[in-house]
Amino acid sequence: MHKKSYLFFCISLFCTISFAQSTVRGKITSQAGTPLVGSHIHIGKKTVSADAEGNYLLKKLPSGNQKIHVSYIGFQSVDTLVNLSGDIVFDFVLKEKADKLQEVVVRQKNNTLNKSLLEQKIKTETIERFSNQTLGEVLREVNGVSSLKTGSTVVKPIINGLFGSRVPIINNNVRLEDQQWGTEHAPNFDLNAAGKITVIKGASGLQYGGDAVGGLVVIEPLTVKKDTLFGKTILNMVSNGRGGSISSSLHKGNDKGWSWNALGTFKYMGDRETPTYVLSNTGNREANFSGDVKFTAKKYDIGAYYSYYNTTIGILSASHIGNVNDLYNSITNKRPSVVNDFTYAMRNPKQEVQHHLAKVNFNYFLDETASIAAQYSFQFNKRLEFDVRRGDFNSRAALDLELATHAMQVDYKKTLHDWTFKSGVSSSFQSNFANPATGIKPLIPTFDRFELATYGIFNYDFSDHFSVDAGVRYDFSQTNATKFYLKSRWEERGYDPEFSNFIVGEQGNQWLTKPSFNFDNVSASLGFHREFENDLHWYGNASLAARNPNPSEFFSDGLHHSTGVIELGDLALDQEQAVKLSTTFQKKWSHFSVEFNPYLNSIRNFMFLRPVGFETTIRGAFPVYDYQQTQARLVGVDLQTQWKINEEWQHGLMVSYVNGRDVSNRTALIDMPPLGLSNKIQFTKAAWHDLKLELKSELMLRQKQFPNYNFTTNIIENNELVPVVVDISTPPAGYHLLHFYSEMTFKTFGKTSTTLAFSVQNIANNSYRDYLNRQRLFADEMGRNIQLQIKFNY
Amino acid sequence: MKNFKILAFALITLVSFSSCNNDDPIAVNEEELITTVTTTLTSGNQTITLTSKDLDGDGPNMPVITVSGELALNTTYTGAVSFLNESVTPADNITAEILEEGVEHQLFFQAPAAVGAFTYADADANGKPIGLKFTLKTGATATTGSITVTLRHEPVKTADGVATGSITNAGGATDALITYPVTLR
Repeated sequence: MHKKSYLFFCISLFCTISFAQSTVRGKITSQAGTPLVGSHIHIGKKTVSADAEGNYLLKKLPSGNQKIHVSYIGFQSVDTLVNLSGDIVFDFVLKEKADKLQEVVVRQKNNTLNKSLLEQKIKTETIERFSNQTLGEVLREVNGVSSLKTGSTVVKPIINGLFGSRVPIINNNVRLEDQQWGTEHAPNFDLNAAGKITVIKGASGLQYGGDAVGGLVVIEPLTVKKDTLFGKTILNMVSNGRGGSISSSLHKGNDKGWSWNALGTFKYMGDRETPTYVLSNTGNREANFSGDVKFTAKKYDIGAYYSYYNTTIGILSASHIGNVNDLYNSITNKRPSVVNDFTYAMRNPKQEVQHHLAKVNFNYFLDETASIAAQYSFQFNKRLEFDVRRGDFNSRAALDLELATHAMQVDYKKTLHDWTFKSGVSSSFQSNFANPATGIKPLIPTFDRFELATYGIFNYDFSDHFSVDAGVRYDFSQTNATKFYLKSRWEERGYDPEFSNFIVGEQGNQWLTKPSFNFDNVSASLGFHREFENDLHWYGNASLAARNPNPSEFFSDGLHHSTGVIELGDLALDQEQAVKLSTTFQKKWSHFSVEFNPYLNSIRNFMFLRPVGFETTIRGAFPVYDYQQTQARLVGVDLQTQWKINEEWQHGLMVSYVNGRDVSNRTALIDMPPLGLSNKIQFTKAAWHDLKLELKSELMLRQKQFPNYNFTTNIIENNELVPVVVDISTPPAGYHLLHFYSEMTFKTFGKTSTTLAFSVQNIANNSYRDYLNRQRLFADEMGRNIQLQIKFNY
Repeated sequence: MKNFKILAFALITLVSFSSCNNDDPIAVNEEELITTVTTTLTSGNQTITLTSKDLDGDGPNMPVITVSGELALNTTYTGAVSFLNESVTPADNITAEILEEGVEHQLFFQAPAAVGAFTYADADANGKPIGLKFTLKTGATATTGSITVTLRHEPVKTADGVATGSITNAGGATDALITYPVTLR
């Protein structure tokens, strides 16, 4: 940083009496002495603009070291650190921008989403480490986030015990619409395109939606604000799956005029392996591209972004089962029914998914304190799922969905002295097309959805040590579906006469129905942040979220092959409403810091799948799961400590616990993450090529709180039908894993550098199963994995 | 101003992209479904037909099982199994598909020893049984029991005992499983 060399600032000091609080005033001018009207000064957490004479005044600033940032369009900005005490006058003389800037500064947007919740951030360095993996996996680096997996490649984040439609993912200010209702649908996102990831454990990100019952994942791409051009290539090679990936990106930054980014990623992996056998048909491929162009002018910027995600994922052969007898055999045999030699080839069952996202956005700075932003986005998601089928059907998808989403939004933001106000309106139109050519009744029907929303968020700093925020949001949603129901199913569901008005036609033994639903929801958030002396912070937040039933909860109707159960939706479902109370205490000492976050989430009309009995078909018997609603209560705590033992050694601890209760049925909630404990010890030495060594221990206890959904079925043993218990409920044993990570960075020529990283996951090559893996009834988790990563920066 | 033009152009392109799928809805033609499994047992001029019919597929209605008569004691029956999809008109004959892909399919017959013993009477391209044709030698004493017919897709035909009709090591996925109640007299 050589900013000071561009900086000519004269400081006149007039110290009066020394208070714990300071007032800073002064004048901002150009080198010619012209007052820079409307220039922007930022000290600590406060921001003001200079008046017509270039004068500014900032009151009630905390004493001590404070960062100062002064900026004006067309001028070099000033960044400096000043020790404040009492009343001070600073006059700034800004220098006009030179055209050629050598410096490369990659700056993350430091835009706090919500002040009363301590946000959890994942930095670019961490994201790069997971370059070969998925979004779901990198999110586990955040305390309180676990994952719901289907095999080893389909990973969905769980925030404080909740997942799926309860955890919206916001990619580059666009809400990801990729059939996220499915438990075996991973977020359609290339992790390499993320510059920073923020996790909000609650519904407080009201500008993004009011239905985040579990929380929000907000992904921001890398943005470069200085005139520069640089690139990055990450090459990964892994032993388990015998493949790897390459991701390459180019970034052209500019503070004014054109800037652009481009990124491409390829991934090629074969079958994963457990310590003792091959997980047949678990390879995957990915080919992704994303890019954007942006034009920055004095008062506005305009940008366009496009990303394409294309993946093919093999689904463990042994997890394709025919009926409940097959399921029983898989559970009792403890070894997958299909184990072939290692191969890169993929056969059915598999998923092929393509996701397009295109957007244009426009920001206009009304003045130094207010801005307005408009955005239009279009997403197109094509999902093909192939199943093991007879003959020519094998090459025909069993599920073929096309989901198109248009969204438009306008946001306004105003920041003044002690308060910030954000408000906006958004609307979206979504249409899903379920292709009938599959020859299989689609789990999700064809539907159109229209949504309209508006929100307002207000933040006020009562003092430097106490701030409060409050927000409210209103959502309107209308869904119109077209679906054929078997008459027998319509009757069994008891839809007659309540929903008879939805019937519009008849075809053989089926009713053609057009169900239509309107929902109005209000969501809100209220919170505070209190800062005490000695670096003790107290955050408190209460949020109210409302979530509408998703298409699978409404309309599911048939056999789900990956689980071997008949899943039935319910047209009579109501919205789910959650009240979450969360508080965080954060205390920092010079070498040690601790973060303690207890929470309570009380959910009315919580929707979940519950077994209700059996249905016999020509294929045999299948357990029937029905979407029901209950009163749920989740109580949990996340604890995190960071200990800087000395210059080189560091220790980190993360503990997260959640207890989920189905209050109405007086039992535990299904699929709740067990108590997890992670210990990390790190050694860093800058002098040795930035050497980093890290050993991580991951302990996952056995989940003892689970509902017993076991059922009895008849299977044939010794040519006689005998009743057996199918144990689908009992969680697997706990496990302990050790992971190692190391890296070194070498300067090559000029500004380029190369980082080499070597890591081993599951060092001891343990065999284990995870309660939150949908394939835990069929196979073990992956065994040891050795990874080599080479990263070029140029 | 140029930028605004680009923006406008992009917007128009994207909006016009968004054609709705408001065509007349088409019901899914479940061509692959098996609704009817018929097992015939023939001996001399006696033919016993055992049928299981489930016209609503994965729907809630139970399959309807009918058995046309009682089995004679100590008799060798020539057996055949046929599969139909009667949810479409005209009905689809799935037996032919199974025969064509004989290497990927196998039928298994299970019944208490008192009912009788089954032997395969056909073979796929690799000389392994399919089970669309079989013989049943009934028991010597009057009894009641059941015969279970299972159609497995992608079984491990080379596994131990599979070729002689043991389902234990067969693996694969079940495409049909029917239990017929029978009486021997």
